[in-house]
Amino acid sequence: MYRYTDFDRQFVRARADQYRDQLERWQAGKLSDDEFKPLRLQNGWYVQRYAPMLRVAVPYGEISSLQLRALAKIARDYDQPDTALLAEAQHKQLALGEVPVPGGAPVGTKLQTGYGHFTTRTNVQYNWIPLHKSADVMDLLASVNMHGIQTSGNTIRNITTEELAGIAPDEVADPRPFAEILRQWSTLHPEFAFLPRKFKVALNGAEEDRAALGWYDIGLQLVRSEAGELGFKVRVGGGMGRTPIIGTVVREFLPWQHLLTYVEACIRVYNEYGRRDNLWKARIKVLVKAEGQRYIDKVEEEFRQIVEVDGAPHTITQAEYDRVQACFVNPPLAPRTRQGADARLHEIVRADAEADPQYRRWLQRNVRAHRDPALRVVTLSFKRLGQAPGDATAEQLETAAELADQFSAAEARITHEQNLILPWVHAQDLPALYATARKAGLARPNIGLLTDMIACPGGDFCSLANARSLPIAEAITQRFQDLDEEFDLGDIRLNISGCINSCGHHHAGHIGILGVDKDGKEWYQVTLGGADGTDLSGPALPGKVVGPSFSAAEVPVVIEAVLDTYRQLRQPAANGRAETFIATLRRVGMDPFKAAANGARFVERETA
Amino acid sequence: MIRLIAAGSPPEENQNVLVLPNDVDALDVPLEGVDRIELDFPRFTDGRAFTQARLLRQRRRFGGDIRATGDVGIDQLVQMHRVGFSSAVLKEGQDPADAERQFARFQAFYQGDAVETAPLFARR
Repeated sequence: MYRYTDFDRQFVRARADQYRDQLERWQAGKLSDDEFKPLRLQNGWYVQRYAPMLRVAVPYGEISSLQLRALAKIARDYDQPDTALLAEAQHKQLALGEVPVPGGAPVGTKLQTGYGHFTTRTNVQYNWIPLHKSADVMDLLASVNMHGIQTSGNTIRNITTEELAGIAPDEVADPRPFAEILRQWSTLHPEFAFLPRKFKVALNGAEEDRAALGWYDIGLQLVRSEAGELGFKVRVGGGMGRTPIIGTVVREFLPWQHLLTYVEACIRVYNEYGRRDNLWKARIKVLVKAEGQRYIDKVEEEFRQIVEVDGAPHTITQAEYDRVQACFVNPPLAPRTRQGADARLHEIVRADAEADPQYRRWLQRNVRAHRDPALRVVTLSFKRLGQAPGDATAEQLETAAELADQFSAAEARITHEQNLILPWVHAQDLPALYATARKAGLARPNIGLLTDMIACPGGDFCSLANARSLPIAEAITQRFQDLDEEFDLGDIRLNISGCINSCGHHHAGHIGILGVDKDGKEWYQVTLGGADGTDLSGPALPGKVVGPSFSAAEVPVVIEAVLDTYRQLRQPAANGRAETFIATLRRVGMDPFKAAANGARFVERETA
Repeated sequence: MIRLIAAGSPPEENQNVLVLPNDVDALDVPLEGVDRIELDFPRFTDGRAFTQARLLRQRRRFGGDIRATGDVGIDQLVQMHRVGFSSAVLKEGQDPADAERQFARFQAFYQGDAVETAPLFARR
C-alpha cells in the first residue's frame, strides 16, 4: 500500500489543525452554522438524523493493521452517544415498525454503537461521534496517516480503484500510482473546492471493469494503444441519483502523461457551466447529457489552451510516476517453511479444515487468484445475520487487524461490496486463516451471493433517507440463511438504497431496492437488471422498475417471488453450472419477473 | 497574502474597475485599461469566480488587482489568493486576525495554482 512521505504526514496534521481552528471559531460563535457546514463537510463531518456522521477516507481501500486498530479505538472511545440520545433515537426508530419475515422473526431497528461501517466507496463511517470531539478524532486519524479530506462536500471526492489493484492476474497496469497522483492533485485544489455538486473519480487497471467506471463523474480505464503505450479511456458524466446516466466516452486514448491536464479541463468546464440553480440537476452528468458534443468540444479546447498557453504545468513526468509508484511498496513475502511441531500442527489444521464442508465453499467463494501464483486474495465477509452489511465493531476491527498481521503482511483492503480483503495470503496458510476467521465470525462463504448485499445506512441514520435500508437487509438475510439455497441461487447482486441519492447503488444491482416516501410511510421500489460493469453483470446499465412501490412487509416476499421465477426459468449453462440470475433475466426479459413481483403484492391478492 | 478591504470602505479614486458577473467567460472580456476586476461570490459556496480569477491571472496574465466581493469569509481567503485574487472585501463580522493564521498554516500544496504554477512534484 501507499507509504506516506514526510510531506504527506505534515500536510494531514496541518489539515487537522485547520479543522480544530474552524471548530473552535464555530463554537465561539465566530462562524455561523451555515458557514461552518461546508467546512466540516470537506473534512467528512455530516450532521445526520440523530448525531454527526464522520466519513474517513481510505484511498483505494488500502488499510494497514495499525490503521484498523486506530479505527477500532475511535469506534470504542468516540462512537458513543449519551444514553438519552440513544434511547430517544431507538424509540423513534421502533415507531417506524417492523419488517415481517415469512417463517421468521419480524425485524425492527436495533441501533448499535461503537462500530465503523465500510462504504461502497471504500471509506469508513461512524454514526455517533459528538461534534465537540471531532477535532480530537481528526488528530487521532492524522497520527496514523488518515483524514476525512474531501469525503464530502461539492469537491473532488476520495478517488477509488478496483479492489484488486496491483494484485489482479488480469491487470493492464496498476491504477494506484495514477490514482494517487490524481488524489494529490485534487487535495485542497483551490479552484475546485466549491463545484456545483460532488465529483467522483474512479480508475480501473484490469481488463474486467471492477470499479463501476460507467457510473462515475469521471471513469478512467487503463488501456494500451496499438503501439503499446499506456493511457486511459476516459468517460465523463456517469452517475446514479434521480437520473441514472452511464458516462460518455470522451477520449478513447489519453496518454497517461496528460491525465491531470485533461481532468483539469473536464472539471473546469463543469465548474463554469454546471447548473447551480437546482440541486438535482447540478451533477456533471446533466451538463454532459444536455450539451453532448458541445461539452466535449469545450473540454478539448480548454485542454488545448492549458497545453499551448499555460504550458501544461501538470504534465506527469516519468520521474513523478516513478516516485509515486515506489511509494506503493509490495511487502516482502518469504516462502513459508514449516518444521517440527509447527509442521505437525499445520497438518492438523489443514486436515480439520478439509474435513469441514464449509471450507470447500469458502475456498470457492472467498478465495481468489493473485498475480503471484503462491498467494491468494481472501475476502473476510462482513455480511452476516444480526449486523448491518459492512458494519464492524471495535472488536471485529481489531480481529481484522490481527488477521492482517498474521496472514497478510499487516495489510487489508476495504471493498466496494463492503467487505475486507486480505491481499497477501500464502496459499499454504488458507486452512489456518479459515480456522481463525471462522472463529471470529468473518468466514461466511457468501461472497458474491445473495446475502453479500450492498446496503446504505438508510433511514436509521441518514437524514436524506426516505426509508430504512437496514431492517430490509436484515429481513432478506434472515430469510436466506440456508447456504445450500444461497449456493443454488448463485452469483447475484442485490443492492439497497434508502433514498434516490443511491449510496447503496440500487441502480447497478441485478435486483435493486430503493426506499421512497409516500404520505410519510416507508415504501420500496424494486428494479431489475442493473449492472455495474463487471463480467458477471455486463456493461453498466440502470435496472428497470418493476412497478409501483411495495410496502416494507412485501419486499422480502417480492424478492422471493423474483428468485423463484429465476429458479423456474434458468437453463444449464455451458460450464455445467446453472445460468446466473442476470443471464436468465437478460435472456427471457423482464416480463415474467415483473409479473411475479407484482403478483406478490398483498393488496392485489386480497382484492383479486 | 491577499489585501483585505474592510466592508463599507469608500471606493478608491481613479480606478478603472471591471465588474465581471459569474456567467461571463473570463477568456472573452476585453481587459485594456482595466485596473481592477471585481468578481462576486453570491454565496461563498458558488465557486465560479475561482475559475474566472485563475483564467484571468494565469491564462490571460492580467497584472492588475483582482478583487473578491460578496460572501467572502476567512476560510476562503487562502484559496482565493492561490487562484489569483489580490484583494478581498471581507463580509461583516470577520476578524482579520483569524485570517493571518490561515496563511501560515500549510507550508506548501500539492498542485500548482495561479501564484506558483508548477505542482509540488515539479518543484522538488
